[in-house]
Amino acid sequence: VNVDVLIAGAGPAGLAAAIELRRLGAGRVLVVDREAEAGGVPRHSAHTGYGLRDLHRVMTGPGYARYYAQAAARAGAQVRTQATVTGWSGPRSVTLTSAEGIETVAAAAVLLATGCRERPRAARLVPGDRPPGVMTTGELQQRVYLHGQRLPGRALVVGAEHVSFSAVVTLAHAGADVIALVTDQPRQQSYAAFALAAAARWRTPVWTSTALRRVSGRDRLDGVELADLRNGAVRFVGCDALVFTGDWIPDHELARLAGVAIDPGTRGPAVDTALETSVPGVFAAGNLVHAAETADVAAAGGRHAARHIAAALRAGPPRAAQRIPVTVAAPLSWISPNALRIPGPPPPRGRFLLRSEVFERTARLEVRQDGRVLATARARLIPGRPVHLGAGWMARAEPSAGPVRVTLR
Amino acid sequence: VTPAEIPDVAIIGAGVVGTAIARTLARYDLGIVLVDAANDIGTGTTKANTAILHTGFDAVPGSLESRLLRRGSALLAGYAAQAGIPVERTGALLIAWTPEQRQALPGVADKARQNGYASIRAVSADELYQREPHLGPGALAALEIPDESIICPWTTPLAYATEAVRAGVRLRLDSAVTGVRTEDGAHRIDTTRGPLRSRWLVNAAGLGGDRIDAMLGGGGGFTIRPRRGELIVFDKLARPLLGSILLPVPTAQTKGVLVAPTVYGNVLLGPTAEDVEDRSDTATTAAGLAALLKAGARIIPDLVGEQVTATYAGLRAATEHRDYQIRVDPGLRYACVAGIRSTGLSASLGIAEYVVDQMAGAGLPLKQRDSAPDPPVMPYIGQAGLRPYQDARRIAADPDYGRIVCHCERVTRGEIRDALSSAVPPADAHGLRRRTRAMNGRCQGFYCAAAVSAMVAEAGMPGGRGGPA
Repeated sequence: VNVDVLIAGAGPAGLAAAIELRRLGAGRVLVVDREAEAGGVPRHSAHTGYGLRDLHRVMTGPGYARYYAQAAARAGAQVRTQATVTGWSGPRSVTLTSAEGIETVAAAAVLLATGCRERPRAARLVPGDRPPGVMTTGELQQRVYLHGQRLPGRALVVGAEHVSFSAVVTLAHAGADVIALVTDQPRQQSYAAFALAAAARWRTPVWTSTALRRVSGRDRLDGVELADLRNGAVRFVGCDALVFTGDWIPDHELARLAGVAIDPGTRGPAVDTALETSVPGVFAAGNLVHAAETADVAAAGGRHAARHIAAALRAGPPRAAQRIPVTVAAPLSWISPNALRIPGPPPPRGRFLLRSEVFERTARLEVRQDGRVLATARARLIPGRPVHLGAGWMARAEPSAGPVRVTLR
Repeated sequence: VTPAEIPDVAIIGAGVVGTAIARTLARYDLGIVLVDAANDIGTGTTKANTAILHTGFDAVPGSLESRLLRRGSALLAGYAAQAGIPVERTGALLIAWTPEQRQALPGVADKARQNGYASIRAVSADELYQREPHLGPGALAALEIPDESIICPWTTPLAYATEAVRAGVRLRLDSAVTGVRTEDGAHRIDTTRGPLRSRWLVNAAGLGGDRIDAMLGGGGGFTIRPRRGELIVFDKLARPLLGSILLPVPTAQTKGVLVAPTVYGNVLLGPTAEDVEDRSDTATTAAGLAALLKAGARIIPDLVGEQVTATYAGLRAATEHRDYQIRVDPGLRYACVAGIRSTGLSASLGIAEYVVDQMAGAGLPLKQRDSAPDPPVMPYIGQAGLRPYQDARRIAADPDYGRIVCHCERVTRGEIRDALSSAVPPADAHGLRRRTRAMNGRCQGFYCAAAVSAMVAEAGMPGGRGGPA
């Protein structure tokens, strides 16, 4: 099979890119997804709040997923589900497995939009027994919203960011009694309104500065050992379900198998401001390059990549672009995109996304190249929440000079 | 129960040793029942080990373990090829990191030759780093053991059990043995699911071996002293970091930690060795995991930068003795097969052959069946060979082999369906994981656990709330 653009992943980023590519006149656009339905994570994220910024209306996750899937089909993109890209057979050609068999798809350009997932208990090295009843929010949502399962009993949520409160809503919907959200951070990381709502509606407190030390229960989950990081006190809390939330990692397997350079901060492919990877003609967008942002941000990244893919297709065979790496230093954990493209298109939505490991109400970001200050900016830092940095300084970067470094002053 | 209906042999323990004995006995004209306390075969020491098919090069020379390990690993290599059990002959490198360890290498090579293993070979530091470029700095020298292999510890006992069940062996699970006594010249075995009787009894109860032995009057002269080993499984993206099994040089102080590829394409780091009292305490510990990561960072620094897919702990059925505790009592018509330590997987067919031979010598009548079944051909769950999702002909014949359900491990709907309707089916989601790899991957169920448990529930099994651990 030969196509103009192959898009791996039919989530918000991949579908938005397909729609935009067709709008810009791209020929054959094929979107493949390994799941049974297109739409990505919003498919099983039943709460509202989707679509506000990109579609200018309030939708639920499944409604948002349906909207994008239908719009992509209407735009003339081919969307194939339950079709898994299992590897690469060339720099821009992949092997695909589906019920129809095994195919090779060769494309003029490839967009990786494989999204992200939560790191499970094992990856977080939480010791103890290994009973059932321990899951991520992704698994919880699919059990409850896609398969109608009930989860009666006491539940504990690990994490206190946006997705953690979403897990509380899902657990309550499934009949669970949510004891608390537990975080080793000194404060919760979501909107104050979410924490207030959880406390008021379900009497679910946030236990801050509290670390999960051990999981207990042989055949079924009995509970967990929690340590208070302020005084070292350890206590046992009984529960029947334990949900690990947040702590996102890009689903970067396909990217790594392609041999594209990986950014050590985001752990996704390193991309320039056009969202092209180190392999010419292979682009990456969405939560694969910034795990995790909301669906509309992922979709905006997809549209941004689509415009540069369309331009690249018009320009002829893929060529390596000139770029300047952009790096961060602790307590900043990553920046995305993580390279400037010369001459520079700005990043998606005209700004860079960053993450911090610490809380700071009035931080000052400094952008330097070889010691020269290109810009400074104020920012409010909350771990797990986006920090934005405008891109107006890009023109001041010297193409022949060293990497650009973003630090806290 | 009339005497005619009393089975000839009851085997207590459906681990890798018990199932191996069952399939070996099933080649003869005998009534056999295989009993286990758990809801599946192979749920004890069998399922949680380092998954290495040992040559026995480092066994105690002259021991029964040395002999049965050598015989057993040769038999298993052949059996695995027939039954489709994933095996990769990666070879092993035993690496010296200190002058003291380097001095110990010739002794290790001598011991290997005493154990009848002649292919061991000295490897210089230069060659070592050429072969294993991701090895951390400071390795001084090594020995190569080219026949050490990695094997699937789940398919192996499952193949034995499948062969046994197809040959008529009765599998009685969920039946913890609570007492054994002699009644009308036969054994009466009380279990939590009612009594059963047999003329002969085989004790292959692993961690419970001494307790069963005590029910038969003891006299075994051994006590099980469980030794816990914690292990870390790294992401498949770490697999290119090593080619061979990387073994430590055992010293007086410690046996050390190894790094090994797995047949599922992951990398294993471990085990720790800790004596524990509780025979069911397979919990991991913060100290154990931290110690492993520290050791792993020295052996392959890049390894600890990769994601951890799973952690687990297993208990070895060690005793106060340094050898297997196998004896057959003709008067009692009892075979005690205990203290199989940590080599049971590799030695299993050697142990079974030896035990059956001893039982025959003690009076068990062995009459070869007219038509002994061939080894079953098991579903292939390794990484090196052709998996269903890669097999165009198979998908063309049945599209369910093209429908991937577990994305991380690339397990198809067809494979899950096959496992649920197999001769020795899983009893729950954990059993399905061991048969198919579903939910064993890097996402630990983020993407597929809900869909897989729906399939399990459809098949009438407890899908459970929240699968993977």
